[in-house]
Amino acid sequence: MSAQKKTPLPAILLANALLDGDVVFRTASGWSRDPREALVAEDEATANRLLDEARAAFARNEVVDADLVDITRDEAGVPVPNHFRERFKVKGPSHRPDLGKQAEFGVR
Amino acid sequence: MSLLDRNGVKAEIWSREAGATPRIVPFAELAEALSGNQPVGVEIANTVRLPELEPHFDRLALIAIIFPSFSDGRGFSIAKSLRNAGYRGTLRAVGPLIADQFAYALACGFDEVELPPDVASRQPVEIWLAAARAFRATYQTSHQTGGQSILEQRRAARGIQR
Amino acid sequence: MYRYDEFDEAFVRERVAQFAWQVKRRLDGSLTDDEFKPLRLKNGVYLQLHAYMLRIAIPYGTLSSRQLRQLALIGEKYDRGYGHFTTRQNLQFNWPKLRDIPEILGLLADVEMHAIQTSGNCIRNVTADQFAGVAADEIEDPRPVAELIRQWSTLHPEFDYLPRKFKIAVTGAPQDRAAIAAHDIGIGVVKNDAGAVGYRILVGGGLGRTPMIGKVVRDFLPKADLLAYLEAILRVYNLEGRRDNKYKARVKILVHEIGIDEFRARVEAEFAKLDGPTINADPEEVARIAAYFAPPAYEKLPPVSRAYEAMKAANPAFAAWAEINTFPHRQPGYAAVTISLKGIGEAPGDATSDQMCAVADLADQYSFSEIRVTHAQNLVLPNVKQADLFALWQKLGAAGIAEANVGLITDIISCPGLDYCALATARSIPIAQDLAKRFADLDQQRNIGPLNIKISGCINACGHHHVGHIGILGLEKRGAESYQITLGGDATENAAIGEIIGPGITAEEVPDAIERLVSVYLAERQAGETFIEAVRRLGLAPFKAAFTKEAADVAA
Repeated sequence: MSAQKKTPLPAILLANALLDGDVVFRTASGWSRDPREALVAEDEATANRLLDEARAAFARNEVVDADLVDITRDEAGVPVPNHFRERFKVKGPSHRPDLGKQAEFGVR
Repeated sequence: MSLLDRNGVKAEIWSREAGATPRIVPFAELAEALSGNQPVGVEIANTVRLPELEPHFDRLALIAIIFPSFSDGRGFSIAKSLRNAGYRGTLRAVGPLIADQFAYALACGFDEVELPPDVASRQPVEIWLAAARAFRATYQTSHQTGGQSILEQRRAARGIQR
Repeated sequence: MYRYDEFDEAFVRERVAQFAWQVKRRLDGSLTDDEFKPLRLKNGVYLQLHAYMLRIAIPYGTLSSRQLRQLALIGEKYDRGYGHFTTRQNLQFNWPKLRDIPEILGLLADVEMHAIQTSGNCIRNVTADQFAGVAADEIEDPRPVAELIRQWSTLHPEFDYLPRKFKIAVTGAPQDRAAIAAHDIGIGVVKNDAGAVGYRILVGGGLGRTPMIGKVVRDFLPKADLLAYLEAILRVYNLEGRRDNKYKARVKILVHEIGIDEFRARVEAEFAKLDGPTINADPEEVARIAAYFAPPAYEKLPPVSRAYEAMKAANPAFAAWAEINTFPHRQPGYAAVTISLKGIGEAPGDATSDQMCAVADLADQYSFSEIRVTHAQNLVLPNVKQADLFALWQKLGAAGIAEANVGLITDIISCPGLDYCALATARSIPIAQDLAKRFADLDQQRNIGPLNIKISGCINACGHHHVGHIGILGLEKRGAESYQITLGGDATENAAIGEIIGPGITAEEVPDAIERLVSVYLAERQAGETFIEAVRRLGLAPFKAAFTKEAADVAA
């Protein structure tokens, strides 16, 4: 968890589920595997709340490797990470469109 | 619990306090401690090497080797080198080892482990004793604690067949 | 091949139980995440971008059909129906769940397999020549000694918390097919002047951030002394290897900083002190292991099969495949067959569960139920009768794995890169796919001849780019993927590190850039000269000029 590094806003919080390994996104009420449901932090206070929730979820053994990721909303309002690394993390392997969240949730 | 050996929790008889007896002294004070006639224990960083200790083997009742973190495995090789060189006193591993390393520590020649309180409270002694028994036999003939290595057991089995 | 006895069997079962217990302790809080991480890594469990990854050990690249079928089943049941063979002859599954891994390890134990020490700062799975035991040029089969090292290095009490990972490779032949000079320790079987067989020991090779070619630490080591000598090397490294900076922690840096002569002096001093018989395996144990690697029941055949020759004459596509994908066997009438996992446009080294089952069936039918994995991410059927090659080729074709490109420009080594790997800085697989499509024409490939392209998606160099004739390294440059091209690397007994030939380029520019380099070779080569030989003779200048011209064209 990189609370020190300042993540530009807006941002979402993503992590890996401890037992499944799957990429999960913090929503208003918990975690979702669907990136379209990610809560977008537009301000500092929300971003800090997300990080607090990440720390708590780590302590409860729900997730590991939680991180705030800066995003831009696409035409449909779906958050898309600004860095290509996280874009792959949200979509799935680029050479296998049949796998990962791109297949499951139609993330482009 | 902060001190344990292969049988479980162990009572601490050593102290690091100045003037106490018997006392574990820092390596820097070893020469001074050796000039007295009390049993001497010394605590070393894992950068201290065999030649600095070998001349004093018969005066050193205990050598405590510091593990700065559980992932720094130099202490295992220092212990094994001390045993290979004939050191027969007590070898103590000091630091935040994890229970899964207990069998390794014993196999490299350590007698006991001194843990910081937070590790000791998360990993109670039952876990350490169970972890030490995770494998009935291992492959390295040169690193054994009492039992026989798999290679020796195979040899024994061949002897029976003959 | 080696079979577990009751001790090996009990040992891997106990290892499975130990890992299940470690997971439980991670969840109940007695192990912190930091404490659990090296424990899971030493059972091959990584956390990647999308999911966990499980890396399964295939010791010295040797598999039985039964084992391969079990891997196929695991892929089907716990993963997404495919696996990835790696440059260290292992198999990776990309999507397992941590909660399932103890069960998967149990299934592996059922077929005498494990994932022990496929990651972490310990002695990794030992690798060897994929043609061990069948190569015509072999001095001695390296598999028995590789198995001996596997057992000795498994949960070694002293060497499980080393400064950094430690890789050992063995070859039994003068032609090095195991890239031993790129390993922390490389072991080559040699014969001395007296005719005795022993080992030549290289130390301090490795790729990654600071690529180094291994240096000779001992020219001739009597076979009986091997484990004691390894123990001496490992002890010196464990005590003296740097731990202040993970990028300087490999043994190659220690050897480089103190010099090979000083390193050798320290190893020899330690070795002289050791009580060899308590460390080395006794001759009966060595013989017990070696007996498992006795040659299979070969038929007595003429050196050349007339039926095979007739089939080649009648079918040029088969003849091409047979010429490119078979390797001379020391048993008359047999061949070792490489099954390419580099189908044009496929991810290098990937095999579906169906393909794994098909290969297992073919191994049963044609190759004494044995399969090998190569460090170039292909599979091998080591013992095929020449007369069976045509039928085998047809069945491989039906399974979609009859690509005739072994050792050619489309037989590309590639790490998983940023499509899976959390450490990657750029993608590798799509680069390999684009290049394979660009050079798909078999006549063109054969005209170009032997050429190894190796691609890594980050500086850690899992794709061995430093020792590719052409190496491609994916990096991040100003928020985008960028690829650095090296030339002149070699992974064989002529090991060399490639040199960077120009500024980084985009993924789209890679195929043109490589084609330009190949054109220089085609224009300048002398009769019978391979790409790497031409690079050595010509130097980098003409290639750099062609590469830079292209970069300039793109800019303009």
